[in-house]
Amino acid sequence: MKDKIQKPKVATVWLGGCSGCHMSFLDLDERLIELADKIDLVYSPLADVKTFPNNVDITLVEGAVTNDENEEMAHTVRKHSRYVLSFGDCATTGNVTAMRNRFGNAELIDRAYRELADISNSVPNDHTLIAQLREQAIPLHHLIRVDAFLHGCPPTPDEIWFAINELLQGRIPVFNTQFLRYG
Amino acid sequence: MAVKTLTINGEQYSAQEGESILSVARQHNIPIPTLCHLEGLSTVGACRLCVVQIEGIPRLLPACTTKVEEGMVIQTANERLNKYRRMIVALLASEGNHVCAVCVANNHCELQDLAYSVGLVRVRYPYLFPNKQLDATHKDYVMDHNRCVLCTRCVRVCDEVEGAHVWDVAGRGINSEIITGLDYSWGNSQTCTECGKCVMVCPTGALFEKGVTVSEMEKKKGFLKYIITARQKKEWVSIGNE
Ligand code: SF4
Ligand code: SF4
Ligand code: SF4
Ligand code: FES
Repeated sequence: MKDKIQKPKVATVWLGGCSGCHMSFLDLDERLIELADKIDLVYSPLADVKTFPNNVDITLVEGAVTNDENEEMAHTVRKHSRYVLSFGDCATTGNVTAMRNRFGNAELIDRAYRELADISNSVPNDHTLIAQLREQAIPLHHLIRVDAFLHGCPPTPDEIWFAINELLQGRIPVFNTQFLRYG
Repeated sequence: MAVKTLTINGEQYSAQEGESILSVARQHNIPIPTLCHLEGLSTVGACRLCVVQIEGIPRLLPACTTKVEEGMVIQTANERLNKYRRMIVALLASEGNHVCAVCVANNHCELQDLAYSVGLVRVRYPYLFPNKQLDATHKDYVMDHNRCVLCTRCVRVCDEVEGAHVWDVAGRGINSEIITGLDYSWGNSQTCTECGKCVMVCPTGALFEKGVTVSEMEKKKGFLKYIITARQKKEWVSIGNE
């Protein structure tokens, strides 16, 4: 029997973002079919896998680090991935997710759960069930080492395609001119 | 007026005595990034983006305020200069609240363009997330301090071109802020003529027209050339849609 050739393992992770970057990933459209031949998607909000696996080759991380769960996940990702990519403006700059930073957590939670509540105006505080907000939402690279940065809110499918293909060919994608774009 | 000969990036140029390095560079299409400088306004040398390297001078000097001298040997672009320019843009980004994705000036912003031209891939400095205010009391315009980079173009255009001097800078260091009058709200200004010149020269989304939303605020600066040439040469130039 022929040995099965190991395809590069790719993961995508969703931290404090709106999932727009993942939507842009899906906008690769027919290129997704090509991609499916080249990689193994081992972990992703788009795949039903519960725990982040070991020995991942490439991980794309969407979103800022905004709560304790994100923080833990970011460390797990770094520990088990060869290349970590900051996937979009929230991961790279904090972006929309970090707009809350100028208000304190108490003020923020009060506004969301009490002032604007229609039905029950109680604050969820069982942090075994619901992640605890960090004092500030921060870019991913302010917490862990990141190998490359995708920009834009969200990054274009072309940029995502370029990044993945560069990595599949063993090059770290460089975005200092082409694709560099905030917002 | 005496003519000076100087070398920029290995090429020889001649310039008028009293001219700035930036002015010579611009005449010969040598790119030097600028932010606080704007043709038609006085020069303040505040942002330091235009720094150049001059042989024999250990410090980097701003091209907009440094006058040409005979025999100067100037570098306008190299890795050292780009490193400092990148640091300046990164510091500007980290000390305000710049969320391009929801900004009125997105895709029409000089700070964004600078970030691209210096290759600012990410900001290493901690973001300060300052608690800045927004003043929407004027009937036509808004001032959002979150996006102000303190270039003082608004202060200068209002004083030097419109002659109203509505704006000033208050505070020091990181607490510096642009104020209206003696720190009144803009809508209560007795001196604002509602001309909108400050809005048009502002390089970012700090000053904008009411009613615009994300990416819609395009600044038109052609009026400056129109007024300045009229004043200096008594000529009315066409500025098209600039
Ligand atoms: S960068 Fe934009 S699209 Fe991506 S998660 Fe943030 S807000 Fe959403
Ligand atoms: S002013 Fe420019 S840099 Fe700042 S948020 Fe707006 S578009 Fe981005
Ligand atoms: S409001 Fe605009 S023009 Fe005025 S100092 Fe701030 S960035 Fe410059
Ligand atoms: S453009 Fe020269 S210091 Fe700002």
